[in-house]
Amino acid sequence: MLYPITATHYLVLGAAMLAIGTIGVLARRNIVVILMAIELILNAVNINLIAFSRHLGQVHGQVFAIFVITVAVAEAAVGLGILIALFRNRETVQADEINLLKW
Amino acid sequence: MWVDAFFFYLFAAITLTGAVLTITRRNAVHSAMSLILSLIGVAGLFLLQRAEFLFAVQIVLYVGGIMVLFLFVIMLVNLDQAARMRQFSGQWWLALACVLAILAEIVYVLGRGSRVFQFAPPAPPAQGGNVEQVADVLFKQYLVPFELASILLLAAIVGSVIMARKRV
Repeated sequence: MLYPITATHYLVLGAAMLAIGTIGVLARRNIVVILMAIELILNAVNINLIAFSRHLGQVHGQVFAIFVITVAVAEAAVGLGILIALFRNRETVQADEINLLKW
Repeated sequence: MWVDAFFFYLFAAITLTGAVLTITRRNAVHSAMSLILSLIGVAGLFLLQRAEFLFAVQIVLYVGGIMVLFLFVIMLVNLDQAARMRQFSGQWWLALACVLAILAEIVYVLGRGSRVFQFAPPAPPAQGGNVEQVADVLFKQYLVPFELASILLLAAIVGSVIMARKRV
């Protein structure tokens, strides 16, 4: 069960990393760490894509992983820009203290 | 083939350790360093899966680019006060329970279907290396998404510059 490495091992690893990232997004209060947890989630997706690319014996999964990395870069850049603007206006990086839109 | 298994478990351990440390450290700089560790582990997994181009991209772009961006922002934003406050929100136990339930479900389903997921037999030696194959597929079949990705990056550049400007 443990020894011949199959795609299932990579998929389980991806699922574990997705779970860790989701816990980080849901449970942490610091916005910087939340953005890092989103990077973890996107890397879990990449692990899955590469595993299926190897499983099927073609490189389409790798091309999709490149697109995922592109989106991750754009997300990190815009997210950190928003974070700087937020800190300049509100002097806080705690996600639950930014509740202006909350009813 | 035991070398493959050894390196898989080594890189998996690096990746998961880095990920857990990332979401549990109090200091954001320590979190960023743990995230670098985790991303290097993922890069090793890419190399193990014969995705050499993505291995290089992962190192250069994630470890070299995004993490420097994160560290810059951590230096710009004063996090000393945040490090002394409560780190987890009130519903952390609910989030943990829900996510662990979903993880157990996914692992159970994957275990049920694990016989289907054998790796394909090694393909006949294709023309060119990994970079040539990726470029071939990327520029022939995915040309429009490629151009759209460049537009997305342009929008992200403009958006981040505007958001980080002096007055918004």
